[in-house]
Amino acid sequence: MVITDQPTKIVYERPKDLDPRVTHYCPGCTHGVAHRLVAEVLADMGEVGNTIGVASVGCSVFSYYYFDMDFVEAAHGRAPAMATGIKRVYPDRIVFTYQGDGDLASIGMGEIVGAASRGELLTVIFINNANYGMTGGQMAPTTLPGQKTTSSPTGRDVTRQGYPIRTAELLSTLEGSAYVVRRSLHNAREIRKAKKAIRTAFEVQKHRLGFSMVELLSTCPTNWRLTPDESRNWLEERMIPAFPLGDYKISPAVAELQI
Amino acid sequence: MAKELIKGNTAVAEASLRAGLQAYFGYPITPQTELLEHLSARMPELGRPFVQAESELGAINMVYGAACTGKRVMTSSSSPGVSLMMEGLSYIAGTEVPAVLVDVVRGGPGLGNIAPAQGDYNQIVHGGGHGDYHMLVLAPASVQEAVDLTVLAFDLAEKYRNLVAIMLDGSIGQMMEPAELPPMQPLKTEIPDWAVRGTSHGEKRILTSINLDPPAQEVMNLRLMKRWQEIEKNEVRYKGYFLDDAEYVVLGFGTAGRISLSAVRAAREKGLKVGLLRPITVAPFPKDIINELTEKVKAFLVVEMNAGQMLEDVRLVVRGRKPVEFFGRMGGVVPLPDEVEEEITRLIEGPLTTDGHPRDRWLDRLSETIG
Repeated sequence: MVITDQPTKIVYERPKDLDPRVTHYCPGCTHGVAHRLVAEVLADMGEVGNTIGVASVGCSVFSYYYFDMDFVEAAHGRAPAMATGIKRVYPDRIVFTYQGDGDLASIGMGEIVGAASRGELLTVIFINNANYGMTGGQMAPTTLPGQKTTSSPTGRDVTRQGYPIRTAELLSTLEGSAYVVRRSLHNAREIRKAKKAIRTAFEVQKHRLGFSMVELLSTCPTNWRLTPDESRNWLEERMIPAFPLGDYKISPAVAELQI
Repeated sequence: MAKELIKGNTAVAEASLRAGLQAYFGYPITPQTELLEHLSARMPELGRPFVQAESELGAINMVYGAACTGKRVMTSSSSPGVSLMMEGLSYIAGTEVPAVLVDVVRGGPGLGNIAPAQGDYNQIVHGGGHGDYHMLVLAPASVQEAVDLTVLAFDLAEKYRNLVAIMLDGSIGQMMEPAELPPMQPLKTEIPDWAVRGTSHGEKRILTSINLDPPAQEVMNLRLMKRWQEIEKNEVRYKGYFLDDAEYVVLGFGTAGRISLSAVRAAREKGLKVGLLRPITVAPFPKDIINELTEKVKAFLVVEMNAGQMLEDVRLVVRGRKPVEFFGRMGGVVPLPDEVEEEITRLIEGPLTTDGHPRDRWLDRLSETIG
C-alpha cells in the first residue's frame, strides 16, 4: 500500500443518525443496510428529530439502539397498530414501523391490513428474508416452496404448510395504500433503488397521501446456512422469481409527487 | 350542572371526553357498543382522534402507542374483547405508561351471552396478561358513580403511570339513570418527561417492555411492586352501609352490591342487624376494613354475579376467623333482592361453620334450584 500525504476525500461514512456502535446483526445480514438507508433518507429530508420509530419483534427488536431517534417497541405483529396510535395523536410527526416477515405477514397480518386499509399515514419498512431469523430460522409466511428451515426440515411442503404470501401484491389491492413497492438489498444497484423508494415512501407520508410500504428482499446467511456471497446469489436466483421486484401501488397522487 | 337521564355507556363516554380524553381506540362489542358509538361522533367533533380498530388486539395496541406519547387515552370493550386485549395490557404495564380500560362485563366463558355478569373479576383483578403486574380496578354500582370514577381513572392512571380499569357490569352500561356529568376540562398541554415526542422536542426516548438482563428486569419488577404497595396504601375506596352495629355483613361490588343493598335495607326493616360493604376499588382490595369487621361481626355473606371470584379475596382476609357464606348467580343471570334477603335470613338462622368451602355449599343449594 502506498501512503501519501494527499488529502483524502470522504466518499463513504456512517450516517450521523445511526449510533456509532456495533450492531447485533450477523455478518452478511442486510438489516444494517436497511437501517443505513432509513437513517440517510430521514437525514436528507431533515426529519430525524421529528420522527418516532416503532420497532418490532424479530431480529430488529433492538433497532432503536442504532437509530438516533425516539422509538417505541411493539408486541409481535402489532407495530402498525402502535404506530397508528402515535400518528393519530402526533399527525405532524413522521412515524414508521420496521418489521420482519414473520412479524408483519404472519402474526401481524391483521394489523398491517387494518393500517393499510385505513390509509394510515405511516411508512412501513418490511424486511423479507424468507424465514424467522431471531428464533433460529423457522418457516415464515415468506418461505419458498421446498425451502428447508428448522420447522420445515424436509423443505416447505405446500400441501401441508401452505404457500408463501406476497405481501406487497396483497396490500396493493387496498384503496388506502398509496405507495407499495418491492426492492432488494442484494447488490449496489438495487440498494440505490431501495433508497429512492424509501425516500418516496417517507415523502408520501409527509405529503399525507396515504399508507406507504417498502418491502426489502434481504439476506439471512446464518439461517440460510450460506456465505454472505452465496446468500446474495440465492436471493437473486430464488427469491426474486418468487417475489418480483417492482412497483405494486403508485396512487395517482403519488405519481404526481415531485421530490 | 343539572342531572340528565343517560345510559351508563354513553355517560362513561361523555365523562371520559370531559375528563380530557385525547384519543380513543376501540372495537364494537355488546354490551359496550354505545360507548364507542358516542365517541365516534363526539371525538371528531372536538378534533380528537377516534379509531375503530380492526380488532381488540389492534385497539389496545393503538392505545399502547398513543399512551407512549403521554396523552390521555382509553379503550373500552366487553369480556371476550378484553380477553383479546390481555396481550397489550401486559405490554402497557411492562412499559409503565398510563391508560384507561373500560370493561362492560357480560356472561361467559366463551361467547357466553350479552347479559350483565361479573365473571371477569379474576381476569381483571388477578392478571390475565402475562408477568407480574396489577391494574387498579374501579367497580361502580350506578351510572353516576361510573361517571365520577371515569374522571378519577385518568388522574390515577397518570399519577401512578399505571393501568386503570373501570369494571362495569352490563347492567350499569345498559341502564339509564339520572346522572350529573362533569364539566369539560381543558386538554392537558404538558408532555410528561418520559414520553416519546421526537428528538427535536426533547432528549431521545425509548419506550419498551423488553429487558433481556434478568437482574435489571427484576429491578423493574420491584419498582412495579413498590408502586402497587403505594397504590394499596393510598387508593382503597369502598362504601359501607349500616356497618356501625352490624352483626352480619354482606360484601358485593357493582350491581351485586347494589342489589344486596336493597336486600340489606329490607332486612333492616325487619330489625335484622345487617350491613353492607361495597368495594369501589376491587384492586386495591379493601383488606383493612374487612379485617376490622372480622373482629366485630358474626359472619359474612359474599354476593357476586359469578362463581365466587372476589370470595377468595375475602377469605384471604378473614382467614377462617369467622364464617363466610357465598351466594352468586352466573352466566348473565342477575340475582333478585329477594334471593339475597333469603340468603341473609339463612345466614342469620345458621347453622354457621368455618369448615369446608362456601362455594361447595352454595353449589349444592344452587343445583337444587336450577339443576
